[in-house]
Amino acid sequence: MKYAGLLVMPAGFFLSIAAVLLFPAPAPRAAFVICGLAVEVMGLAVAVRGHMEEIREKRP
Amino acid sequence: MTPIQPLSDAAFVLALGLFMLAPLAIAGVALINTGLGRSRSAAQSLLGSLAILAVSAIVFSLIGATFAGGPGAASHTILLSGKPWGWFGAGPWLLGGLNAAPSHAQLVLLFEFLAVALAALLPWGSGADRCRLLAGCAAAAILSSLVFPLTAHWIWGGGWLAQLGVNFQLGAGFLDGGGAATVNVLGGVSALALVWIAGPRRGKFPKEGLSTALPGHNAVYVLFGCLLALVGWLAWNVAGAVLFLHAPLSALPVTAVNTLLSAAGAVAATFAVTHVRFGKPDASLCANGWMAGLVTSSACAGLVTPLAAIFTGLVAGIVTPLLVELFELALSIDDPSGAIAVHGAGGLWGLLAAGIFAPQPGQLVAQLVGIATLLGVVLPLVYLLFWLLNRMLPFRVDPDGERIGMDLQELGGGAYPEFVIHRDESYR
Repeated sequence: MKYAGLLVMPAGFFLSIAAVLLFPAPAPRAAFVICGLAVEVMGLAVAVRGHMEEIREKRP
Repeated sequence: MTPIQPLSDAAFVLALGLFMLAPLAIAGVALINTGLGRSRSAAQSLLGSLAILAVSAIVFSLIGATFAGGPGAASHTILLSGKPWGWFGAGPWLLGGLNAAPSHAQLVLLFEFLAVALAALLPWGSGADRCRLLAGCAAAAILSSLVFPLTAHWIWGGGWLAQLGVNFQLGAGFLDGGGAATVNVLGGVSALALVWIAGPRRGKFPKEGLSTALPGHNAVYVLFGCLLALVGWLAWNVAGAVLFLHAPLSALPVTAVNTLLSAAGAVAATFAVTHVRFGKPDASLCANGWMAGLVTSSACAGLVTPLAAIFTGLVAGIVTPLLVELFELALSIDDPSGAIAVHGAGGLWGLLAAGIFAPQPGQLVAQLVGIATLLGVVLPLVYLLFWLLNRMLPFRVDPDGERIGMDLQELGGGAYPEFVIHRDESYR
């Protein structure tokens, strides 16, 4: 689960880069960059969740 | 290739003088890391800081400086959408031709030497009390040889993030005058990766109940480290404003004032938050708040008004103690030095605030793209590299070593030989 989250995060980065490349107008560019960041935050949340489960399983 | 902005003699001398004070930021962080760890690991922590400083300087000079490049230096670029994107620096190997380089490039290199040492020191503090010295040095070597040079090239070396303004009309490109991204966020996400891989200290998260409190062993080290860090940060931010924001000399006092105001706002806010929550102010959390204010100022001290600096500091000071608590109690992240909240989250907030308060249109989007890069590329990359390193050279000491303390385990003697170390209930 942690690895899945970490794999999602670069997808958000590519979305942000695509927004910069594909949208010359400021509003859609900003919106898609924010969407890319939102994807990264979701990936981070999944990775954190995976870490919490790992710790819970390993508790003495 | 980016054109170099030549420095006046006065700016060169000023920046060089400031770099003589900047290592105090490193000294401050090293003291804070040591004070927030346990007494049985204090000597190992401080010796580790020296070793990491040495390793990062040597590895950066041998490998990293080439990839970091610098403004005006050659770089490996690719064409995307008809625009050049600089990905890797292509500087000379082994600091060749440094004497003949322009004064601006020499100062940028000096800045990077200090920056890489500080960035490599941050995960060491988070891995306190369980990470082996050799593994800490190897992690510093990875950061100095690959990850930091990449980030520094993109942001400081005229790489694609710095060129977002020229190529895509996004403000002045991604701005990071004092190293909030290249040093603090990089160090913060490296700390997160290390903590995830190494795991928590033994007894930190018992089967039942909340996490066990393992308080730092010396609040005086921690608070004195904060004072040292202030001197270093003032030098760091003012020198960064000269080198990377091309600030005129007349703008530098405001940069210094903003640094102080940001830290002051942050510590006042943390003082109030901890007083309200616990009935008394908490020394280590106030230290975290102070540092978060300084980290925030790294991004925006050279760009914002004094009032905005106080505001960014206040926000950092309110959020930092809450994040430290959230990470420990809710997310099972054992970070003794608080580097993830202080340097990682504080740096991200500073970068965002620089975009919000900067006057140029499009600057906020440039800052968001930079933040997306730090989270979407740098964090997974560092995690992958640390994970591979951990397979070859485990970060974590064996359980017996952790029980007797890192000083006895790794150095054969403690930092305080005349102290009686009391029995630790958490190991029963």
